[in-house]
This record gives sequence, C-alpha cells and structure tokens, in this order.
Amino acid sequence: MTDRTPTLLDAQHVDVTYHPAGGSPVHAVRDVSLSLRQGEFVGIVGESGCGKSTLGFALTRLLQPPARLTGGRILFDGTDLASLDGEALRAQRRNGIALVLQSGMNALSPVRSVEHHLRDIVRAHARDGEDTSKAAVRRRGVELLDKVRLPADVLGKFPHELSGGMRQRVSIMLALSLDPKLIVFDEPTTALDVIVQKAVMATIQDLQRESGFTAILISHDLGVVLEATNRVLVMYAGRIVEDQPSGQLLRGDHHPYTEALLGCYADPRADEVVLGGIPGSPPDLSLPQQGCTFAPRCTLAEDICLEVDPPLTPLGAGEAACHVRAAGMTEEASVV
Amino acid sequence: MSDHRSAQMPELRVDGVTKVYAARGRTRGAKTIAVDDVSFTLEPGAAVGLVGASGSGKSTLAKLVTASERPTSGTVTFGDVRVDRLRGRALRAFHGNVQMVFQDPYGALNPLHTVAYTVARPCHNYLGMNARQARNRVHELLDIVGLTPTEQYAAKLPHQLSGGQRQRVVIARALACDPQLIVADEPVSMLDVSLRAGVLRLLEKLRQDRGLSLLYITHDLLSARVVTDRILVLNKGTVVERGDTKQVLQHPQDDYTVALLDAVAAPHP
Repeated sequence: MTDRTPTLLDAQHVDVTYHPAGGSPVHAVRDVSLSLRQGEFVGIVGESGCGKSTLGFALTRLLQPPARLTGGRILFDGTDLASLDGEALRAQRRNGIALVLQSGMNALSPVRSVEHHLRDIVRAHARDGEDTSKAAVRRRGVELLDKVRLPADVLGKFPHELSGGMRQRVSIMLALSLDPKLIVFDEPTTALDVIVQKAVMATIQDLQRESGFTAILISHDLGVVLEATNRVLVMYAGRIVEDQPSGQLLRGDHHPYTEALLGCYADPRADEVVLGGIPGSPPDLSLPQQGCTFAPRCTLAEDICLEVDPPLTPLGAGEAACHVRAAGMTEEASVV
Repeated sequence: MSDHRSAQMPELRVDGVTKVYAARGRTRGAKTIAVDDVSFTLEPGAAVGLVGASGSGKSTLAKLVTASERPTSGTVTFGDVRVDRLRGRALRAFHGNVQMVFQDPYGALNPLHTVAYTVARPCHNYLGMNARQARNRVHELLDIVGLTPTEQYAAKLPHQLSGGQRQRVVIARALACDPQLIVADEPVSMLDVSLRAGVLRLLEKLRQDRGLSLLYITHDLLSARVVTDRILVLNKGTVVERGDTKQVLQHPQDDYTVALLDAVAAPHP
C-alpha cells in the first residue's frame, strides 16, 4: 500500500444515533472520520456496544431503524452515499458494496438452494443485456464456489445440508457474486468452531489478495484481526481511539485501551499466564459525554482527561486519541 | 458453610462411558457415537478441563455427568452415588450437589424475573428456605460473586446487566444450593475479552475458598490454562491426549491438540 493508492472510501464526521421507542436516544457512533485506500484490509475491534458494527452498517448505508445516520459524509468511489436514497442507493450498492454477516445460518433462506440464492441476486441486479439464464447462473456459481474452496455440487444443496463453515463460505460466495469493490465482514467467523474459523479466515485473506477488493473486518477478536488485516482501528464508546498498521500493534506505546485489550490475551503455552481484564464498564452513550470516555477505567488518566476529549494525534506509525500517550500534544489538544 | 462436609467431599468418577445417539424418522438406524469409551476422575477441589472443537463430545460428557443424559454404556459415579441410574428423589438430591453454568448468560436467565427472584429459587427448592432466609442468602451470594452493592443488583432485571454481570448471576444461582461440583460449559466464550478474566478469577476463587470441584468445558485453550489443573483433549468423542494442563499445552503429543493450539489467533509476539 503506498500513499498514491487511490482512496475508495472517505467518511467524514459520521454520526449514528439510535432512537429507541420510548427511550432516550443513544449516540452510538460519534464523529468518526476515516478513509480507506483501494485494496486495504482494515479491521475494526472493540468490546460489544462500542459501535463497530453500527459503523460498518453506516458506511454501507445499511442501518435499520431505530438507528439513523444523523450526520457526516460518506464518499464511496466519488459519490456521497449519505445523500443517496432508494434506487440511486441500490444502484450504487450494486456497483460495489457487499456485506457478510456473522451467522451464515441466518443469512440464507432455509427453503432455497444455493443456486436459487445466487440466481435471485444476479437477476435482481442484472444489467441490460446480461445473460441471467439458469445455465449462465450455474456457470457463474461453479466458478464462485471454486473461489471459496467449495465443491461444485454445493450449488444444488440447501442450507440445512451444509455445515456452519460451509454455510459461511456460501455467504462469502454470494457476497462476491457482483464483484464488489468493498466487502464488510461483520464477525464472519464468530459462530464457528476454532479450527473451522482459521480455515475460513485463511480463505477470506486469500480471496482479498487475489481479487484485490477492499475489506473491512469487524470483530471482537483482536487475534483474528491482527492476523488478517494490514490496519487496525480500535473503537471505544462510539469513537475511533487508535488507528495503527496491524504489524505495529504488538510493539511500542499505544492508547491505554488498546494496551488493556492486548492484556486480555496471553499465550496458553507460556510458562506463566497472567490474564488481564478491564475493570468497570463502557459509558452509557445515552448521556452526554465529557472528556475522554475511557478515562474512568484508565490507569494513566490525568486531570485533563476528565475534561477534554482528546482528538486523534500521531502516535508511533499511526494515530491515537490520548492526552497522556500523545505526549507534548496536550497543549494543542486543550485548544481543540 | 461447607465445613460440615469438607472432610468427605465426593469424587467424580467417569468410567468407560459411551454415548450413542440413534437417529429417528427418515434417517432411522443412523447412529452417532458422541462419546466413545471415556474415563476420568475428578478429585474433590480439583479442576479438570474437557477441551475440543465442536462435535468432540465435550458437551455430551457434561450432560452425562449432570445426569441430563444416560450413558449407553459405562458408569458415572459421584462419591457412592451411581449418577447414570439416578431417578426421582435421588436425582433431585443429586442436582443440589451438582450445578451447571452454561455458555449463554443471555439465554440462561428469565428476562421477566429480577436477579433476587432468580437466585432465590434454588434456595427455596433445594434448601427449603423461607422468604426471609432466602433474601439474606441472595445478598450473601451476590456478594460472593462480586455484584455489590447487593441491594442494587438484587432488584435488577437481566436486560439491565452487562454480559459479565449476567454470568455472575448465573454463577450465584449455581452456588445457591451449595453444590460440591460445578460443571461450566463454555462460561466465558460469549463474554467480551475484557470481562473474561473477572469470571475466570471468580471460578478460581470459589474453588480455593469453598473447595468446589470444577469440570470446565471449552474450546478455548487459554481459559483452560487459567482455570484447570489437568485437561483431557477430545476429538470425535475419544480422548486423544490428557495430563497436566501446562504440560499438555507446552508439549502437545497429538496432532489434534497441535491443530487446536495453532488455531488460536492470539495477539502475542
């Protein structure tokens, strides 16, 4: 990845709010800006409720009520997705965005064969003059199944005849069917067995390298993200608190939250295994926030942390939003 | 509380146990051997891990040990009780001694009942306590699992709690009837990594303070390393490797154990 690789997605100041019936609004994604270059494989990690899935859905304009995109601009391939609606949005999605969900089981209809699923997608998004005959879909299906390392006879099978790993490979194959430029993987292997998980992740990595699509991997598992991606975004309480090349995350200083997350893992083969946790819980995002949202759980917090919300500033090879770690930046930060 | 019997805590002995599930309906006659000739012993106060991928038979073993299923052959004994033959009143008494903690703290709690109600049920059912005794016991249990201030947590409904707090409620309920053995089936796999250490430390502490035995079922080798002394690695219903947890993980002999270790994508240098 070089600086001259063109930008595929550029999101600025994205805000998402959930408006639950009868409850107070929850500000789930707060003023997030990020930009993805073509062919980049980016991971988003964080605890449940940190807004990582909400951000993924917002970037692809797939939010469902009660969630609403309440602010920001999402430039995808030069078009602002945030301003599109209806047919224009659908056409834009056909041109480049796909989503793979956590459970292949729930993403597939139990009463349709794999071929039927594929045919639905191909026909719904057919361009003028495109051959959508059964034979053509079948040819395309066999080709796609081969990509996700499944035998051709899977095409005629129903979801209940497939294992969890195979079903997830089918979801991936369907996501690939329209040659997307961007694929968002939302916890693609969480429901799978560890050994199957490793195999499915390996296939996703191979596909990404071969086809060159841009990928976002949303996961709670820092280990999986570090193995697969080139860049990691750490989210906490609706904000990106750190943005680093994946290879850098295991060395040097980081945002205290990133460090605390890393401390929750250990090598089960080590002589001494000490497993850390993070005491306390994330803030309630239905209340207004002041200062750094991690400060109440942070071991390094200083007075300024409770008052001023730190912006992302350079740290190591990337950026982090921390007053203490971004030493020397505190003066400027307090002005922001 | 457990002083009166700490001297003669029973031992769990699983001896040559096999469980075969026979299919019904269209595929009648097809047989699945979920557990194949497994033996192990769990001494009082010990923690043994059953480790394996999906379909390895680890959860079936949990069901056999807790008398939720009966083995096709082999025996399960707890002290001098034949677990595989229990029924009626004896089965109920056994369940007062052996409790389970399940994977999903979201599914294990009735969303309509408060924490106090959930934790008080076994106090009424197994210990025959009256309302006031049960109320005191609830606060004592919530204190043990670290849900303090207990008055505040007792009044809450499951949806007002985080996953880690819910799992603590499930553990408090399991402890309510003062069991001698806890069977924990993937108790932390649905929790955020930041909360796992807390729940694992709680299990470890309960074992030390109360002399509980723990049968810990997981696919996660890291948590097995943290809470167990010995592990059995299961593959397709059979034990492929067993021994001291640290020893097995540092020097795995079986290919399957190696594959499980390799599958762990752990962020460590």
